[in-house]
This record gives sequence, C-alpha cells and structure tokens, in this order.
Amino acid sequence: MKDYLPSTLSGIAYTGVIILLAVMPVITSALGQGFYLDIFSRIMILSIAALSLNLLIGYGGMISLGHAAFLGIGAYCVGIPVYYEIYNGWIHLGLAIVASGIFALVTGAISLRTKGVYFIMITLAFAQMVYFTFVSLEEYGGDDGLVIVLRSEFGNWLDLESAVVLYYVIFFVLLLTLFFINKLVKARFGRVIVGSKYNERRMQSLGFDTYRYRLVCYVISGILCGIAGVFLGNFTSFISPEMMGWTRSGELIFMVVFGGTGTLFGPIMGAGIFILLEEWLSAITIYWQLIFGAILIAVVLFGRGGIHGLLTRSKRR
Amino acid sequence: MDWNLLLTQFLNGLQLGLLLFLLASGLTLIFGIMDFINLAHGSFYMVGAYFCATLTLLTGSFVLALLMSVAGVFVVGLVIEASIVRRLYQHDHLDQVLVTFGLILCFDTLVHLIWGPEGMAIPLPRLLDGQITVGSLVFPTYRVIIIVSGLLVAIGLYVLVMKTRLGMLIRAGASNRVMVSALGVNINRLFMIVFALGAALAGLSGLLIAPITEASIGMGNEIIILAFVVVIVGGIGSIKGAFFSAVLIGLIDTMGRSYLDDFLKLFMSIQNAETAAPALSAMLIYILMAVILAVRPQGLFPPAGAR
Repeated sequence: MKDYLPSTLSGIAYTGVIILLAVMPVITSALGQGFYLDIFSRIMILSIAALSLNLLIGYGGMISLGHAAFLGIGAYCVGIPVYYEIYNGWIHLGLAIVASGIFALVTGAISLRTKGVYFIMITLAFAQMVYFTFVSLEEYGGDDGLVIVLRSEFGNWLDLESAVVLYYVIFFVLLLTLFFINKLVKARFGRVIVGSKYNERRMQSLGFDTYRYRLVCYVISGILCGIAGVFLGNFTSFISPEMMGWTRSGELIFMVVFGGTGTLFGPIMGAGIFILLEEWLSAITIYWQLIFGAILIAVVLFGRGGIHGLLTRSKRR
Repeated sequence: MDWNLLLTQFLNGLQLGLLLFLLASGLTLIFGIMDFINLAHGSFYMVGAYFCATLTLLTGSFVLALLMSVAGVFVVGLVIEASIVRRLYQHDHLDQVLVTFGLILCFDTLVHLIWGPEGMAIPLPRLLDGQITVGSLVFPTYRVIIIVSGLLVAIGLYVLVMKTRLGMLIRAGASNRVMVSALGVNINRLFMIVFALGAALAGLSGLLIAPITEASIGMGNEIIILAFVVVIVGGIGSIKGAFFSAVLIGLIDTMGRSYLDDFLKLFMSIQNAETAAPALSAMLIYILMAVILAVRPQGLFPPAGAR
C-alpha cells in the first residue's frame, strides 16, 4: 500500500493532477467553460497514447517514429464500422484491439530485427505505409477523411454523445492504463524490458529471449495506442489519414520526452503541457509554431529529464 | 501496350529518382558521417524552392536565381549546423529526432511569416518551357533538364567524393569517423562542410521541382520520408547506394502507380484489381524497404569498411 501514497514532490504533484482530472467537469461547468472539457478529454486520450509509447521509448529504449499509425488504426476501427452502420462500441473496441495487435505483431516482428537508426526509420516507414493506404482508400474518404455520424454505443446506460460521459469514460480508461502499466513494469516482464534497454547481451546471457519480450512489449503498446485511437475517433467525430501522419508520431514522442521518459506519470504531464501550450500559443498568434518549435528545441538542449526531472531534481542533488 | 506511355512514365520515374538522389545524397552523408538523424533535411528542400521563387522574380533569370539560391541554402546550412546541430552530435538519436522536429516547425512557420500562406510559382524562361518531340514521343523540356542536371550533379558528386581530398575525408568519415578525428583531421570543419553541402543539394532538389509543383509550406515533409527510405535501402553513408536506390525507388513508385492495376488484372477480377492497386502501389516502396532491412540490414551498397 505504501507505494500508492505520495511521499515526494513528484508524487504529490501527480496525485494532484489525477484529482484535478477527476473533478474537471465540475470545474468547467461551474465556470461555464465547456471548451476546456474538450481540451482535457483530448489531453487524456493523447496521454493514453503517450503512455503506450513510453512503454517502448522510456522503458524499452525502442524509439518508434510511427506510433501515430496505431492511433489512426484505432480511429478507423470506429469510422469504418460506423460507415456500414454498425454502432456497437464493443465491436469497435474489439476490432481495434485485433487490428492494432496484428499490425503491431507483423511490423514489430520485422522492425525489432533492427536496432538504432534503422528501427526509427522502419517504424516510420510502416506508419507511412498505413498512412498512404488510407489515403488511397477512396471508399472511406481517402485524403478527405470520414465523418463519424454517431459515436460508439455501449448500451443505454452509457451515452458517449454526452461530453461529460465521454470524459469520464476516457478518464476511467486512462486510470486503467496507468494501473496496468504500473503493474507491467514492476513485474518480471517489465524488468526484462528495462534490463535489455541497458544491456541486451547480459539479459540474453541470463537466458531471456529479449527479441520475444520486446515483441510482446511492442504488441501491448500498439494495442493500448489502438484503444486510444478508438476514443480519439469518438471524440473528434471525424477521422482522416492526417491523424497518423509522421509529424503526429513526432508529437507523441515529444509528449513522452516533455514529461520525462521512463517514468510512470511523465507522459500524462507531457501530453497536458503539450496540448495546453499548443492551445494558448495558437490563441496568441498564428505563428505560434515558431515559439513552439523553439521551446521544443530548448527543452531537449537544456532541460534534461522533462517535467519529472524538474520535480525530482532537488532530491537527486 | 502503349510504348510511348511506358517511356514517358520511365522518364517521370527517372526524374523523381534523381530529385530523390539530390535530397538523399546529403542525408546519407550526414547520417553516415555524423551519425545524425536530420528530420529537418526536407526544410532545406523547401527553403531552396522559396529562395529561388523570390530570386527569380527579383533578378528575372531562373538560372541566376538557381545559383544564388543554392549558395543561399548552403549558408543557411552552415548557420544551422553551427548554432544548433553541432550541439547534438554527442546526444542520442532520440534527442536528434526531437530537435530536428522542432526545427521543422520553426522553418515552416518562418516561411509562412516571410512568404505568406500561399504557395509560390516559379515562372520558367521560355527556352525551358517548351516540349521536346522525338518521333511520336512528346516530353516537356524542363523535365529533361531536371534529369540531365540530376545526372550532372551525380557525376560531380562522384568526382568530389572519389577524386578530391575532401571526398577522401568524407569517405573515411563514413567508414570510421573516430579514426578520422584521431588522425588529426579538423572534424568540426568537415562536419560543417558536409552538413551545408547536404543542405545545398536538398535546396537544389527543391528548387528544381518547384517550377512544376510550386513552392509550398511543408513541401519537404512528405518527400523527406522517401529520402529516408532511399538512404536505408542504399546503405547509410553511401553516395553510390543513394544513387542507385533513389533511381530504383523513383521508378518503382512511378511505374507502380501507373501499371500495377494492369498487372493485378492478370490474376484477379478487374474490379478487385482497381481497388487494390492504388493501396498496394502506395505501399510498394515501404514493402521493398522492409524486405531489404530484413534480408540485408546494411543496405544494398554499404560504404567500404563501415560497421
């Protein structure tokens, strides 16, 4: 039980964030700022995606530059069934899990044979492959994308058309993801993944088939991101290949690094800061990306360890 | 079969391949010698096109503008290398990806700030704007110019890399950069020159295509991925590999888009073939890359002695 009680500055901050997220709909409705509810829904969806990517980058040392493909696959697993008037959310979710799982298994099996730069490039190439495939699928809107006329239906008691219900469903999934990843990285599986990041040969000589562990990790990560994609599709009610373009994958990496790689909570902070910054800067000037880009560069050159690093730095020194 | 169409498509593929080569040759050197992933390489491609558009309007001469733009992008490359990129050689690949991603945002917005959101067309001199007719084949003069100049630059690079002292250092750097610096070569200056040279080549590639497509924001962000595929397929650090794989990928991509449906019709229904062909042709080169990485991870023509 001790593990779950915050004892450090970072622990207190993270607990605060969860509590804040839990009461956010109350705050936004009291302030009459429904707009912010949407922003925080988006933050939580991308947090799930960033958490899944952190499993690869932070814990596994596998730098994937194609993770947005899974977001897209998940979203299209809502969009395409809805196009055929299949609205059952469990079918959408099931499809997304199977599709992103299979895609992760096939591409992971090939990509993980490579290392370093090659891994970055091959994950990027596979994501582009998916991107161009959806661009060329005229039936589902091609370049122009697809409107999702009705959100997934999970029975009468759960109406995703309501922004607040959708918010809490996403919040619940986010908590589940956090809990799952926390268990996963503390289990033997997670230790093997982290171990092979630092010294693969040693893990192999200890008798672990690191390729297999990594592949499983890649598939888990892909499925989690696919689930995030289901909610992204539901949230935006519109999907297009653009949401899996390679710059989207770059943004996901940024969220992970912003928050602090290889920390349980970092990706949520990263996604939050990333999207809030994007919202505020773009409200100030149409040239906001210049400032944004400069901040990104500065964070990498001068701010090691991301937000998590800032919160824990005083302790380390 | 329509042989004229086939020949036209072949020339189109060759043209795409040579433009890719210009983009990829710098990328592969920066990759191979500095072990640096430059996602922002496509920004130089864009900057080259915009420089050339403005200078063509100012000077009234496309050729003069071309020369000045290439020099201009070279200078931009020097500045970026000295101010930002240089700090990153010692960092890991993740940091390089992130910083160059930030650079793309900065470049795209700066272009937006300076040139506005609309694209810019580059008017061609009348001499280059016509068409060449050989027998029954009609082909735009300017596309021939692209092919010829791409081949000329390839030859020039070959001479530079194989016959000069700078080229010797570049090759040595691609094979084993630690050894080069241990032998007393001013590695900082070598890195700077290679980076700026790569930038200039990317700029040349962008400004050559711009009269056909026009200069637009983010124009480099799609083609840079193709250039990465070229680099991986050809072997990181290898100019020769970049050349052959660029031409190969240019041809496969162009030919796939025009002939894959005919090919598929040989063994599936017409309707199925027409649905599957566009998706499959978009995937072709990535499948090629995946196969090559799986079978021959070092690429087709890895530089001599590279590990």
